Amino acid sequence: MSEKTFAGKIVNLSDEGYFEDSSQWSREIAAEMAKEDGLELTEKHFEVLEYLRKEAATGAALSIRKVGKSGIVDIKGLYVLFPGGPLKFSSKYAGIAKPSSCV
Amino acid sequence: MKKLLILGAGTAGTMMANKLHKVFDKEEWQITIVDQYKTHYYQPGFLFIPFNIYNKQDVIKPKSNFFPPGVKVIYSVIDKIVGEENKVLLEGGQVLQYDYMIIATGTETRPDETPGLKGKLWYKEIFDFYTIEGACALQRYFKNFTGGKLVMVISEIPYKCPVAPIEFVCLAEAYFTKKGIRDKVDITYVTPMSGAFTKPVASKMLGDLLEEKNIHVESDFYMERVDNDKKTIVAYDEREIEFDVLTVVPVNMGSEMIERSGLGDDLNFIPTDKHTLQSDKFKNVFVLGDASNIPTSKAGSVAHFAAEILMDNLMSAIEARPLLAKFDGHANCYIETGYGKGALIDFNYDTEPLPGTFPLPGIGPFGLLKNTKINHYGKVMFRWIYWHILLKGKEMPIEADMTMAGKKRI
Ligand SMILES: Cc1cc2nc3c(=O)[nH]c(=O)nc-3n(C[C@H](O)[C@H](O)[C@H](O)COP(=O)(O)OP(=O)(O)OC[C@H]3O[C@@H](n4cnc5c(N)ncnc54)[C@H](O)[C@@H]3O)c2cc1C
Repeated sequence: MSEKTFAGKIVNLSDEGYFEDSSQWSREIAAEMAKEDGLELTEKHFEVLEYLRKEAATGAALSIRKVGKSGIVDIKGLYVLFPGGPLKFSSKYAGIAKPSSCV
Repeated sequence: MKKLLILGAGTAGTMMANKLHKVFDKEEWQITIVDQYKTHYYQPGFLFIPFNIYNKQDVIKPKSNFFPPGVKVIYSVIDKIVGEENKVLLEGGQVLQYDYMIIATGTETRPDETPGLKGKLWYKEIFDFYTIEGACALQRYFKNFTGGKLVMVISEIPYKCPVAPIEFVCLAEAYFTKKGIRDKVDITYVTPMSGAFTKPVASKMLGDLLEEKNIHVESDFYMERVDNDKKTIVAYDEREIEFDVLTVVPVNMGSEMIERSGLGDDLNFIPTDKHTLQSDKFKNVFVLGDASNIPTSKAGSVAHFAAEILMDNLMSAIEARPLLAKFDGHANCYIETGYGKGALIDFNYDTEPLPGTFPLPGIGPFGLLKNTKINHYGKVMFRWIYWHILLKGKEMPIEADMTMAGKKRI
C-alpha cells in the first residue's frame, strides 16, 4: 500500500496501483493519474469510468466483454480508448478495485 | 414428501446427492437429480490425454455408479427453471416441483463465441482439450507432429481450472523433449491476463517456470478472432500471432438453460452470495460448483470445500435459522509441470497463493509454490480420490485430508 498525491489530494493505492478506497475518487484525480501514463481523458473515457464505478458499486464482476455490451463503447473501441489493457487501466482510473474476474 | 432437486450430476451435483442422502430423513425427503448425460467424465484427466498419459477409458465411468440408492435419477436435458413457481421444466415436457434446489450445471466451452475458431481448421490444426473429443483429436494430431509453432491461447476469463493451460504447455514441453523434437517446436502461451496467473506471487513463480522451459508468454492478449487462411490469432488491439497448431481454452459459459431461465450474468453464471452460496434471486435455491459467479477458481477442489458450507446453510434454511456458515473461496490446485514434478497453490478470496509447506507448517509434505516430485504424486492421487472419495461425498482419509483440507480461515 502507498499514498500518492493527485490533483492536490492524497490517495491510498494498492501495491498494484488500484484505489484502496473508491470514495477518494474524483474526475480531476482520474485525469491526472491518466496523464502520468501519457493518456488524455476525454468525455468518452469518463463515460466508461462512470459506468465501471456504477457497476462496481453493485458488486458486479467486471469484464471487457461486459463493458463491450454496455452500449457505451464496443470492445475494439475500448482498446482504442485505453490501449494495452483496457480493463486494467480503466479500473485504475475509475478508482475501483482490480477486477476480480481474474482468478 | 418434501422435494430436494439437484440440477446437474457432475462433480458438484453428485457430491451433494451423496452428502444429502446421508443426512436427510428418507421418510420426509425425496432427492431427485437430473443430468443430460449418462457418462461421468473425470475432467482433470483430459489434460493428460493429448500426451498419451491417459486414454479415454481412464477418464470415464457411468454416472449411475455414483448415485446412492433411493435418490431418483432423471436423464434429460433441463429446459428451464421457473423459480417464482418452484418448478423446473425438462425437455419433453416433464415438470419437476421442488421445495429446495441446488443448481450444479457447471460451465461449457463455447468455441462459437470466437469468430473463426470453429472454421475449417477446427480439429485439424485447432484443438481444445476441455472436451473429451478435443483431447482425443489432439492426441491423434500430436502422434504425427514433427515440429512448428504451438500456440496455447485462453479466450476469456473466467475459465475453469485456471492452471490447466499452464500445465498443458509444461506437459507439451516435456513430451516434445522426450520425442526428441523440442528444438523444432516453438511454444507460446497467450493469455488475456497480465501474466501467467493473476495473483502476483503465483504469477511470478509460474512465469519464471515457463521462462526456464523456454516457453514464451504473451500477456494482455484478448483474442478477437482466428484467421484460418493466414493461420493467425488476432487480438482486439490488432496484435497477431502465427501458429502451426493452435490449442485453445474456448470461452467458458454457464448452460444456455440458465440464460433461458433469466438467471445468469453475461456469461450465464448465476449471481450467488459468495459466502452463503445462496442464489441472489431465490432464497430456496443454492448454487454449487462452476455454475455460480463467486470470485474464486472454477475447480473440483473448490466445489468440494464449498459443499460443506452449502450443506450447513441448506440445513439452516430448511429449519428457518440464519445462514451462518461462510465460504472463504478456498481453492487448492496441483499444477503438473512435466518430468514427474508438480507445484501446488492454496488460496482463498483474501489470501493469494504464497510459498510455504502444506498442509503442515514447516513440514509439508507438499511444497507450496515449489516444483517438486511429491506434488506430482498429489496430482496422480487426485484421480483415485476423485472417483472413490470426492464424488461419493465421503470424509477424506488421513493423507487426503492433508492435501484437500487444511483451510486457512481468515
Ligand atoms: C482440462 C481440465 C482440467 C481440470 N483439472 C482440475 C484439477 O486438477 N483440479 C480440480 O479441482 N479441478 C479441475 N478441473 C475442473 C473440474 O473438473 C470442474 O471444476 C468440476 O468438474 C466442476 O464441477 P461442476 O459439478 O460444477 O460441473 P460439471 O462437473 O461440469 O457438471 C455439470 C453437469 O451439468 C450437466 N448439465 C449442464 N447443463 C445441463 C442441462 N441444461 N440439462 C441437463 N444437464 C445439464 C452436465 O451434463 C454436467 O454433467 C479441470 C477441468 C478441465 C476441463
